[in-house]
Amino acid sequence: MSPSLSRDDVAKVAKLARLRLTEEELTTFTGQLSGVLEHANDMNSLDLSALQPTSNPFGLTNVTREDVIWKSLDRDAVLAEAPDAQDGRFAVPRILGEAP
Amino acid sequence: MKTAVEIANDVQTGATTAVAQLDAAYVAIEARNAELNVFLHLDKEGARKIAQAIDARVAAGENIGPLAGVPIAIKDNLCQTGIPTTCSSKILEGWKPPYNATVIDRLVAAGAVPVGKTNLDEFAMGSSTENSAFGPTRNPLDPSRVPGGSSGGSAAAVAGDMTSISLGSDTGGSIRQPAAFCGIVGMKPTYGLVSRYGLIAFASSLDQIGPFSKTVMDSAVLLEAIAGHDPLDSTSLPEPSPSLVSHVNDGVAGKRIGLVKELYEGADESVINAVMGAVAALKEAGAQIVELSIPELRLGLSAYYLIAPAEASSNLARFDGVRFGLRVDAEDVTAMMEATRTAGFGAEVKRRIMLGTYALSAGYYDAYYGQALKVRTLTINAFQKAYAQVDMLIGATTPGVAFKFGAKSDPMEMYLNDVFTIPTNLAGDPAVSVSFGKGEENLPIGVQLLGPGRSEASLYAAARVLEIADGRS
Repeated sequence: MSPSLSRDDVAKVAKLARLRLTEEELTTFTGQLSGVLEHANDMNSLDLSALQPTSNPFGLTNVTREDVIWKSLDRDAVLAEAPDAQDGRFAVPRILGEAP
Repeated sequence: MKTAVEIANDVQTGATTAVAQLDAAYVAIEARNAELNVFLHLDKEGARKIAQAIDARVAAGENIGPLAGVPIAIKDNLCQTGIPTTCSSKILEGWKPPYNATVIDRLVAAGAVPVGKTNLDEFAMGSSTENSAFGPTRNPLDPSRVPGGSSGGSAAAVAGDMTSISLGSDTGGSIRQPAAFCGIVGMKPTYGLVSRYGLIAFASSLDQIGPFSKTVMDSAVLLEAIAGHDPLDSTSLPEPSPSLVSHVNDGVAGKRIGLVKELYEGADESVINAVMGAVAALKEAGAQIVELSIPELRLGLSAYYLIAPAEASSNLARFDGVRFGLRVDAEDVTAMMEATRTAGFGAEVKRRIMLGTYALSAGYYDAYYGQALKVRTLTINAFQKAYAQVDMLIGATTPGVAFKFGAKSDPMEMYLNDVFTIPTNLAGDPAVSVSFGKGEENLPIGVQLLGPGRSEASLYAAARVLEIADGRS
């Protein structure tokens, strides 16, 4: 796996992450992100096929609770902190018509 | 400045009042906050109400708790009802959480008085607080230098004698590194020991809240007050808060302590000397020192700088201009989200979001994120092997003393500062940094003690030995 990133790779990633970059930022970030990925070469050259991945260090999985009604946040208090709200809901600009 | 234990005792016995302690804290804060930029917000009115209620309860003969009337500083990535919580990001500027983090509720239940919110690297991403959208925090010991990060404000609050204790969070060293740079005690507890409910997430599988203090005893008192199972955090360990305070003076007689080559090699000479001095002090106190090499720890940095950004890219997707904080209006919802995130996030946050998005994207997932998760397993196995031979490990917290502003302008160079602290987070284990010895310009050095999961009591006992050996009884 080649570690070096192209400007196109970074532009694609920025789009996926909903970030807009200037041409200058694209150049800077491409160099910096390549540097981090190059450092990861020490890891990528290892054969770790015998190991399982770890996401929780103590192996906790699928923690559930009793299905009972539990305290929740007050709707009005939450909406009061939102950029825009309408009829007890978060309000957003037009959602139809865009091509993400 | 008095320790938290002394303040609590004085408040409980009536020798002082919670209000008087609070007033003194605000005087100390206002004397230096303009210079050091430690606090982003002070909750004077709310804190006064809490302090007055404590004084009334003392007057009524009630037993308040282990932190009775102790002013405490809170890192600004912890939610407190109605108090601006920014994560030092423009994207959250002006947002006021509608709920308390569990640690806030537990602090108040223990008698502590939260005085305000401290500066950090934006979303806890950084090692110097230079990434704060609201300006860097300066090191109280030398204002031309960084206090470390990301919990730089909380470390500076204690080092600058503004409060005796504070809370930070540690994802890759964000408590231990600033504790080392500011000459204080910083504990990163076992993953899951302290509830993360209300901690604004950076990398959920690594983040852990922990205490800053001048003394080991204060650290133990504070951690004991906030630890223990919380049903609101599904990664919370199932057991109640452990007994820590009663073990602080247990000493290290008969303990086997591993001196790990990979946890000090490459550090400045003064740092290595401090680690060797700490080793000698522990040996003097009856510990047996075993020299170890754990080469797998060298891979930690690479794994961390893929796992943490990957989790961050997912966690920070929630900042989209819909539910909280900033919105930059645009013609449709996608454009609004792009404009909001572009204006709201700083450069380091954008870097990590993009790195994480890349590591998780189709075609690269197995090579980067998948491989990093396996290195995490490798790290855990290597630590377990070491803990089969010894009770705890010792090394340096950082490669050098607090550096000057702008000294590490290249991101990779900044990341390398975390090389000794990161492996602990990958393993989910606890580690404490305690000030031991001095380096260049008489700046403090942090020595790091690491142990297996749930070994905080033993780590505090060893840290206490070092504290005494370094001349702080």
